[in-house]
Amino acid sequence: MADPVLSVEHLRTEFRIGGAWHPAVDDVSFVLAPGETLALVGESGCGKSVTALSVMGLVPSPQGRIAGGRIVLEGRALVGLPEPALERLRGARMAMIFQEPMTSLNPVMTIGAQVAEAMMVHQGLSRRQAEAKALAVLDEVKIPSPARRFHEYPHQFSGGMRQRVMIAMALACEPAVLLADEPTTALDVTIQAQVLGLLADLKQRHGMAVLFITHNLGVVAQIADRVAVMYAGQIVEEGPVTAIFSRPAHPYTRALFAAIPRMDRDAQDLAAIAGRVPSLDAMPTGCRFASRCPQAQVGCERPQVLAPLDEAHVARCHVATAVRGNWHQAD
Amino acid sequence: MIFYIIRRLLAAIPTLLAVLTLVFLIVRVVPGDPAIAILGDRATPDGIAALHAKLGLDKPIWQQYVDFIGQSLSGDFGRSMVTGRPILTDVGAVLPHTIDLTLASLIVGTVIGVPVGIWAALHRNRFIDYTARLLSLIGLSFPVFVSGIFILLLFALHWRLFPVIGNARLDDPVDRLDKLVLPAATLGLVMAAYITRVTRSAMLSVLGEDYIRTARAKGVPWRRVVWRHALRNAAMPVVTVVGLYIGILIGNSVLTEIVFNRPGLGKIIVGALNQRDYTMLQGLMVIYCFLIVVVNLITDLTYGLIDPRVKQ
Repeated sequence: MADPVLSVEHLRTEFRIGGAWHPAVDDVSFVLAPGETLALVGESGCGKSVTALSVMGLVPSPQGRIAGGRIVLEGRALVGLPEPALERLRGARMAMIFQEPMTSLNPVMTIGAQVAEAMMVHQGLSRRQAEAKALAVLDEVKIPSPARRFHEYPHQFSGGMRQRVMIAMALACEPAVLLADEPTTALDVTIQAQVLGLLADLKQRHGMAVLFITHNLGVVAQIADRVAVMYAGQIVEEGPVTAIFSRPAHPYTRALFAAIPRMDRDAQDLAAIAGRVPSLDAMPTGCRFASRCPQAQVGCERPQVLAPLDEAHVARCHVATAVRGNWHQAD
Repeated sequence: MIFYIIRRLLAAIPTLLAVLTLVFLIVRVVPGDPAIAILGDRATPDGIAALHAKLGLDKPIWQQYVDFIGQSLSGDFGRSMVTGRPILTDVGAVLPHTIDLTLASLIVGTVIGVPVGIWAALHRNRFIDYTARLLSLIGLSFPVFVSGIFILLLFALHWRLFPVIGNARLDDPVDRLDKLVLPAATLGLVMAAYITRVTRSAMLSVLGEDYIRTARAKGVPWRRVVWRHALRNAAMPVVTVVGLYIGILIGNSVLTEIVFNRPGLGKIIVGALNQRDYTMLQGLMVIYCFLIVVVNLITDLTYGLIDPRVKQ
C-alpha cells in the first residue's frame, strides 16, 4: 500500500465526567491511503465523531482531551501541535463536513463569504480572487445559478443545498483528507443519494482520502473501500468492504447486519440488540460487547485484542478469531 | 432593507395609537374629578362646570378621545395644571439634559460592558472571568443613590475634578460635558455591569454553536472566529437588552438627577406626581411612550442590520 496520508495510532481521547477522565475513544488505530474511502461505522455515542474531531484537533476543551496516541497527517504528527500550527492545516490539508447542515453554517454571513474565507485564510488570496474561486467551487458542487446564490444567506438554502455548501467549503483548498461526519444523515433519502454521488465524484476528481462516518450500512456499501466498525470507543472489526459484508466476524458487526430489515424475505422480527452500551464510567475490562453478546463465554472477561482473520481483516473477539486461527492450524 | 424599514415604521403607528388610547383610558379610569382636585373641596358647582368646560370634560367621551388623539399627534399636550405653562415647553426645557444623560450612560455602559463581557466569555472560569463577574455583581448590587454619592464624594469633593451641582447651561458644550461626567459614570457603570453579564452569556452560547466549529474546522484563526463569526451573532441579545435599558434610563434616572441635582424627565415626572398635575402626567406619559416607541424602532432596525433573517 502507498504511504498513508493519514494514520492514527493508539488514539485515546478522554472526557471528564464527575471529576474523572474516561476514554470515549480507546486505542483506535487506522490508516488512510491516498484516494481511499474508509467507513467508520457504529451507533451513536460509540466514538466515531470524537475520533474525527481528534484528528482535526477540535476535541471540545477543557472537558475533553487527547490523552495518548499519534495522529500523522502527510508525515506530520498532529497531537501536541500548537493551535496556530493546527489552524494552518485545518481546512487546508484536512477538512471536515458535519452532520447538521442546518446549524453548521453561520446565519449572518453570506454563503459566498463563508466559502471564500478558507481560501483567504490559507492561500492568502485577496477577497476578489477568493470569491472568484469560491464561485467556481460552488459551481463544482452543483449549486444551481451560483452567481446569484453567492450573496444569499444560509436560511435561504434547503438542507441538501446547505450540505453542498459545506462540501464546497471543505473542498475549497483541496485538502488531502476529508472527514465526513454523517454528512447525509439529516437529509431526505433522494437528496442523500445526490450528495453521496457528488462526494464520490469529487473524491475521484481530487484524489482525496475520505474518512466517512456513518451508522448506515447501506451507505457504506455504496461508497467505502474499507470498513472499520466501532463499538464503545474501540474498533471491533476492520477489513475490506467485501469481507465485512460477506463474512462479518465480530458478533456486534453481525448484529448490525441482522438489524437491517430485508425486502426479500417474508415478515420477520427485526433483530434489535438486547441490552445497552456500557456507560463511559462503567466500562468493563474485558470485551465491551460481552453483556449483550449471544456467544459470550469464558475468556470474554479478559481484555480483547484485534487479531487477524484474514489478510487485512481483523476482529476484536477471541471467539471469532480463535475459530479462524484453528482453521489456519488445520490447513 | 428599505422595505424592512418601511414595514417597521408602519408597524410603529398602531403601537403609538394603542399607547395613546391606553393613556386616555388610564386618566379617565382614575377615580376623582380633576376639577375638584384642582379647585379643592369647597369649589362651587359653577366653578367646577367652568373648569370642566375649560378642560373639555363636558364633551361626550368619544369627542374627548378624538380631541386627545388629534392634539397629541400634533404635539399639543395642553398646559400644566400647576404652572399653567404649555407641557411641551416644560418638557422641552429638560429633555436635552435627559437625552445627554441617557446617551452618555449608554456609551459608558456599552463601551465597558461589551468588551469586558467578551473578555470574560473567552476566559471562562478563569481569573479574568471571575473578576469580571464579581465586579458586575457589585455594580448591580449598589443602588444609584449610594454609588452616586460615593462618586460625588470621591471625584467632586475629595479630588475636586468635577462639579457637585449638575445643572448645566445648555448653550455651553464644555459646561454640559463637565457636569455630565459623574452622573453618566454613575448610571453607566450599572448599565455596564448588566451588559457585561448579557454579553458574556450571549458570547458563551454562540461559541458553543455548530457554525463556530465549522469556522474552526476551516482553519480560521481563533481571533477571526471570535470577531467575524461569533460577535455578530452574539450581538442580538445585547442589542435587545440595550434597547430595553434605554427605556429604563429615560424614565428612571430620577435618583441620579436628585443626587447630582440635574434637571430631567425623571424629576418632572416625580414632581407632577407629587403635585397631582394630571394634565402634566398625561402629557409626560405620551411623551415617554413616544420615546420608547422610537427606541424600539431603532432597536428593530439594528436587528435588521445584524441578522439577515430578520428582514424576511
